Amino acid sequence: MRSIIYLVIGVFFGIVLFKSEAASWFRIYEMFQFGSFHMYGIIGSAVGLGIIIIQFIKRKNIKSFYNEEIHIPPKERSFSRYMFGGIIFGLGWALAGACPGPMFVLLGAGYLPIFIVIISAILGTFLYGVIKDKLPH
Amino acid sequence: MNWIYEPWPWYLSGPLIALVMFVLLMIGKRFGMSSNLRTMCTICGAGKASDFFKFNWKAQRWNLIVVLGVIIGGFIATNFLSTDTSVDINPKIIADLQSIGFKSAGDAYMPDLLFSNDVFNDPKGLLLLVLGGILVGFGARYAGGCTSGHAISGLSDLQIPSLIAVISFFIGGLVMIHFIFPLIF
Repeated sequence: MRSIIYLVIGVFFGIVLFKSEAASWFRIYEMFQFGSFHMYGIIGSAVGLGIIIIQFIKRKNIKSFYNEEIHIPPKERSFSRYMFGGIIFGLGWALAGACPGPMFVLLGAGYLPIFIVIISAILGTFLYGVIKDKLPH
Repeated sequence: MNWIYEPWPWYLSGPLIALVMFVLLMIGKRFGMSSNLRTMCTICGAGKASDFFKFNWKAQRWNLIVVLGVIIGGFIATNFLSTDTSVDINPKIIADLQSIGFKSAGDAYMPDLLFSNDVFNDPKGLLLLVLGGILVGFGARYAGGCTSGHAISGLSDLQIPSLIAVISFFIGGLVMIHFIFPLIF
């Protein structure tokens, strides 16, 4: 039963990413050229509403649908890992024009070359796991 | 209901993404796509190479099901919910892109130069896709999250680390588009 819920959430998210054009390479390029408000509007309105939702959950101590505590652990304190990792991610995001959600949307939409990006992203994750102890965090 | 077949405006799409995050929280899960890449490494046996991949991946099975849904969602959206998938970006940027070889700018969802099947016979295009993918995968795990985990979930939770990460995503993206693109295209 729960698996079906996860699947439905994924299908919905995939449709939103495709229809909003957030999965389009062109929209990512346009965003980094400051050519349109579109992507800023998507991220901005998602975060704006997201802040309200999370503050509401925390202040009203909202329980999950299964009546469990909703625990949102804070991110680990650091600067260098977020800066270095973030810059590396951003370079790839702009080049491939896809981040880890849209990659899978594009696979479903039939753009076969995205498969190379996905395999490479898995490989990149693997490389990080292998050399992580040598990197500043 | 014709609007469904048109591109969806930001003021609909953004709140719907927040809704996805909300529903995941309400079923006791957290919104983040890039952690699936780590789970896929573990399933492929990466635990032999690094302890980073030694964890009980079955606890992340739910997120892999979300990914499967995302793939199906992409298929449904392009085949059944769209009449024209060309992306109507800023005309000036269409002209700029066409002048550097992206002929399909303004007429397609993805650039032919990198995402048509011709790229399989184009060493330069292949190299760029591989490089882009490696940077995304490496950077997302190094930063501890991607656009969904940091930009949406983290910023919504007012996390300073996520703000540092998102600003850095943009620094990386701007460097790529403004300084590295002129060298490769």
